[in-house]
Amino acid sequence: MRLLLVVGLDGLAYASWLFLVSAGLTFTYGVLRVLNLAHGNLYALGAYLGATLVLHYAATGSTPALTYALLLLAAMVIGVVVGPLIERLFLRRVYSRDEEVQLLLTFSISLILEDVVKLTWGVTPIFADLPYTYLGRVRLGGVNYAWYPFLLTVIALAVGGLLWLVVTRTRLGKILTSVITDREVSLTLGINVPRVYTLAFTAGAVLAALGGALTAPMFSLAPGVGAEVLVTSFAVIAIGGLGSIGGAALGSLLVGMARSFAVYKFPELDLFVIYLIMALVLLFRPQGFFGEIEVRRI
Amino acid sequence: MSRYCKISALIALSGFCVLSAGARAAPVAGAPSELKIGVVAFLSGPASGPFGIPARNAAELWIDKINREGGIGGVKVVPVFTDEAGPADKVVTEFRRLALDEKVSAVMGYISSANCLAVPPVADDLKVLTILSDCGTDRVFEEGKQHPYVFRTHAHTVIDGVGAARYVLSIKPDVKTIAGINQDYAWGRDSWEVFQRSMRKLKPDVEVVDALWPKIFAGEYSAEISKLLVEKPDVVFTSFWGGDLVTFSGQAKARGLLEESTVVVNNTGSDIKDLAPGMLIGSRGPHSIVSPDMAKNPLRKEFIALYKQKYGLAPNEYIAHGSYHYVQALQGLRAAYDKAIKAAGKWPTTEQVAAAFEQIEFESPSGHIALAIGGGHQAIEPAGYAVIKFDSALGVNNFTQIRVFPARCVNPPEGMKSLDWIDKGFPGAQC
Repeated sequence: MRLLLVVGLDGLAYASWLFLVSAGLTFTYGVLRVLNLAHGNLYALGAYLGATLVLHYAATGSTPALTYALLLLAAMVIGVVVGPLIERLFLRRVYSRDEEVQLLLTFSISLILEDVVKLTWGVTPIFADLPYTYLGRVRLGGVNYAWYPFLLTVIALAVGGLLWLVVTRTRLGKILTSVITDREVSLTLGINVPRVYTLAFTAGAVLAALGGALTAPMFSLAPGVGAEVLVTSFAVIAIGGLGSIGGAALGSLLVGMARSFAVYKFPELDLFVIYLIMALVLLFRPQGFFGEIEVRRI
Repeated sequence: MSRYCKISALIALSGFCVLSAGARAAPVAGAPSELKIGVVAFLSGPASGPFGIPARNAAELWIDKINREGGIGGVKVVPVFTDEAGPADKVVTEFRRLALDEKVSAVMGYISSANCLAVPPVADDLKVLTILSDCGTDRVFEEGKQHPYVFRTHAHTVIDGVGAARYVLSIKPDVKTIAGINQDYAWGRDSWEVFQRSMRKLKPDVEVVDALWPKIFAGEYSAEISKLLVEKPDVVFTSFWGGDLVTFSGQAKARGLLEESTVVVNNTGSDIKDLAPGMLIGSRGPHSIVSPDMAKNPLRKEFIALYKQKYGLAPNEYIAHGSYHYVQALQGLRAAYDKAIKAAGKWPTTEQVAAAFEQIEFESPSGHIALAIGGGHQAIEPAGYAVIKFDSALGVNNFTQIRVFPARCVNPPEGMKSLDWIDKGFPGAQC
């Protein structure tokens, strides 16, 4: 019983983090049909800006409670500034090109942004753990847990719920669904498709930066941060189905729980189980759990 | 300006030029116009921050210093910096490029153990003098094959694991249970193997309760920390480094792991400023952690001053061990060339430099270095360990309970494999 509780709590913490990163990746793909390899760099930019704001704020000695708002601010700034820039300057030119061209372009942007991080913040690791430590810890099942990962779970649920509401209950959601279903028909209906694309990519960028900013207090930031979680996120969205927010949630939960269980029972296999699940799912459902129903792709 | 003044100025300038030229020793007979050396380090990716770029920076400033002092044998040293990032086959291709296209006289560098194992056979084939500069694996010269052109001017990771075990037992002699959390690749596996074997040999009743293997750069250790909190081992050993280490330290501190277990890490450097007080740390030699006597070493003082001057160093920052190790490589190279030039009486061939390199001893910012094992190709170093203590007056991490284990205490003797030495109970160890 205790084992189940501890595995469940750790799995949930890991799943929340994975979902925050993979939600934006799958959302961008769902609307634009572009697999953004620079997603991890947007995550890194959000993380670095968030950590920088927190460190500067912490130096003033003011109440740590406001640092959470600074993390959200960092995500918004990165997403709203860098997202539209990338979409308008680069991606817009390759929507009609082959996937290989799109992948090469986003990979190039990824390399450029990695150097931007190095030029801006240098290579010395940055660690801003005030928001993580400020919330303290709680004892559950005889084990100390930091409160902060549970905050990530709440935010992950809120983000997932908000995306679901926007897509299924708002006019914007109907427009997005229309553009995803048929771009040309949407144009003839008077929908400003390029604007929708910019908006969708910006939303994906904000989500990536949010994932980075919110995990910055748990991580030491160094060049290359974001690369590993991006790889795991690909496994998550492959399991859930490319373009599906619900799929990302299910994929995150499966990967989180499986990894947590493996750490307890088979620590040698904690990485293997992630890709075992992916292989099994793709073997029987190559499109992932929610990959086949087009109208549910966002 | 009068004609007299102009002439006086010209004479003075000429005199200055003559004196300046005199400061650089005249190149020996047959010397090339420059001594080109490849300097390989991680310049991109996650290993660039804690290791690669500090190592490259140190190499650059030390080469500048060597050139200011007249170069090697009167010849200016010209570095060709190369990125180590990428798979081993790409690194080997880069090595070939340095040797065949750039026509370097020597290659120094390599931080990854995989690269330190991949490069030596190629160095032998191409007959290129190669100095492994910061990698950990003990296998390079212990697997039977000799590499006549390859040298390592820093100690392998056995000093880190043996040093950690000896230090843990000096701090916590009643330890009963140990656990490991190490990245799942060569460095993590090798480090854990050396530490746990040493612990079991030094204190046979020690029980290993767990060995956890998160992926390198995993970044999220909730499950691992929970498991360690459940098992409550007396000592947790880790060989994490850079961002992974600081992340683990932060998460472990926040969840009280440091209150339940003693955490020892074998591989710290520039990240010391961000680690949790109470952790036991080593720095892969006597680099950040040194005895008071070693801190007086003039080369060390000069190196730190030059580093501060060129790259800046905050009061709470420590120079990475990779930086010290790259300077050791340059000091070794210079010593070998000087010895070979003296023996040959002219500019030496690569074979003559390699012959001079064997068994060489030289001074460095980390003290006296001797290539005492591996057939005279492998250096031994002392191992420095300490406990992190937060200095509240200065607001920075400092050290307490510093202990430097002599090189002969933490390295196997010549001719014996490291793991055999440990399993046989450290014969010949001079502690």
